[in-house]
Amino acid sequence: MSTVSVSHLNKIFNTGKTNQVDALVDVSLTIEKGEFVSLIGPSGCGKSTLLRLIANLLEPTSGDIVVAGKSAKQSRLDQDYGMAFQQAGLFDWRTVTKNIELPLELKGWDKAKREARSREMLELVKLPEFADHFPWQLSGGMQQRVAIARALAAHPPLLLMDEPFGALDEMTREHMQAELLSICAKTGTTVVFVTHSIPEAVYLSNRVVVMSPRPGRITKIVDVKLDGHRNETTRERPEFFAAITAVREALRAGGGHAHTGAGVEDR
Amino acid sequence: MNPLVQRVIRRSAMFVAALVFIAALWEFYKVIGPEDGGALFGVNIFPRANSRAMPHVWDMLSRYGRPELRSSERKIWRVVLAGAWFSFRLSLVGFAIGATVGVALATLMARFKVVERGLLPYLVVSQTVPLIALAPLVVSWGGKLEVFGYEWPRWLSASVLGAFLAFFPVAVGTLRGLSSANPASLELMDSYAASWTQTLFRLRFPAAVPFMVPALKLAASSSVIGVVVAEISTGLKGGIGRLIIEYAREATGDPAKVFTAVFGAALLGLAMAGLVAAFDLYVMRHRPKEAL
Repeated sequence: MSTVSVSHLNKIFNTGKTNQVDALVDVSLTIEKGEFVSLIGPSGCGKSTLLRLIANLLEPTSGDIVVAGKSAKQSRLDQDYGMAFQQAGLFDWRTVTKNIELPLELKGWDKAKREARSREMLELVKLPEFADHFPWQLSGGMQQRVAIARALAAHPPLLLMDEPFGALDEMTREHMQAELLSICAKTGTTVVFVTHSIPEAVYLSNRVVVMSPRPGRITKIVDVKLDGHRNETTRERPEFFAAITAVREALRAGGGHAHTGAGVEDR
Repeated sequence: MNPLVQRVIRRSAMFVAALVFIAALWEFYKVIGPEDGGALFGVNIFPRANSRAMPHVWDMLSRYGRPELRSSERKIWRVVLAGAWFSFRLSLVGFAIGATVGVALATLMARFKVVERGLLPYLVVSQTVPLIALAPLVVSWGGKLEVFGYEWPRWLSASVLGAFLAFFPVAVGTLRGLSSANPASLELMDSYAASWTQTLFRLRFPAAVPFMVPALKLAASSSVIGVVVAEISTGLKGGIGRLIIEYAREATGDPAKVFTAVFGAALLGLAMAGLVAAFDLYVMRHRPKEAL
């Protein structure tokens, strides 16, 4: 069974007004269980909008979204997904542990169960010694790891990420990418990942969904054929470069810009 | 040394230095100022520097050690302190009522935009009503009104007037604070399908604290002003306000006396502000230092 199924989705902002924006036009996409799928494209291509529609933070103008076999709204109410944003968005007034426990608190879990789970999550993101620290005492990369732990705390089958590593420096970013893959391998979580970076998308994903703006649409889906465990040497393999070239060409073919692929980083 | 202790010591030292500076300025004006006041371009602007209008600092201080009345043994510092303590308790009740009402109104306004649009203008108008006009009305409730079988005590009227001034900054500050929550954090709470109340207590209120603390400081001193003015305008016995009018009548014969009560009122305001500062240190102890 597919985890996410989107069919003939349209999203129009400011319908009928002079500033009408066709954010997404006739988008269809199916994501299988355990898949890692990246959404990539220049600014304004609707990749974040698509993510928010799947998360039911926005309502579609028309079309169907099925998440974990239910309507998008029902799966939000059931917390079938976890979400992470570019800003870690941890609460300053809560310790790392309390931040991770936030979604569990909202679900009404009792204290013992919450504590056991937050310890497990801290082990998973390799921060057990920072349990009682406050977010502002951690580096940006560590904060982002806590945010991932929070997103996964309730063991959701689906993780939605909106440029989670966009604010990190290059080295931390590559390290975090490896961490994320190992976490997903352990938990079997399905991931939808929005990014600006071609190498990031290729390194992480089974499939890269290339989108283009005005109107926002899917132009191509690139299969990444990097089998098995990905590690540091993955970035030096010819298949890696082949996939990067394929994504870049798809972005260029998508057009919509005089200078093609504007807003997409090659790093 | 603990940075908190360091800060407390530094602030206390600054406070004492400021007091000494003001006392020196006072005495300096007494030396250079005109005895019977002075006019500039026909307008009386220079205060009289004679000892009836401006007693020496040491006269005021030594007055604390002498009895309140020639006929009594009670030293005046005890009378002033007792009066300040009485008014302090009234102010505290007024502050508590005002803060509660303020937070409740802010929450209501944050929840329902209609309430905000309908209510906020009236809140602003309420603060333009002169307290002195309102005081006799509220005080007249004393003895006449019964609430749940209890007779309305006269002192509660003074507290209510304190609350009347205190609720406004709290309402406005809290409302601003409740809407200050980061949009990304609100989206996160949405993604958890959190209810409005869950979002209120887990996100909006904690985010509002930095806005509420200055509002509460203002409310603390406002409630003191409300209580003292209520005491003065209605002659409620036992508080510092009553002492100020009583002593002011004796200003010709005993000019230092009224100042003992005025400083008592200042001490009262400081104590209230100190309480809020302690609350601030407590709730913000784990926040990043920039927020302090």
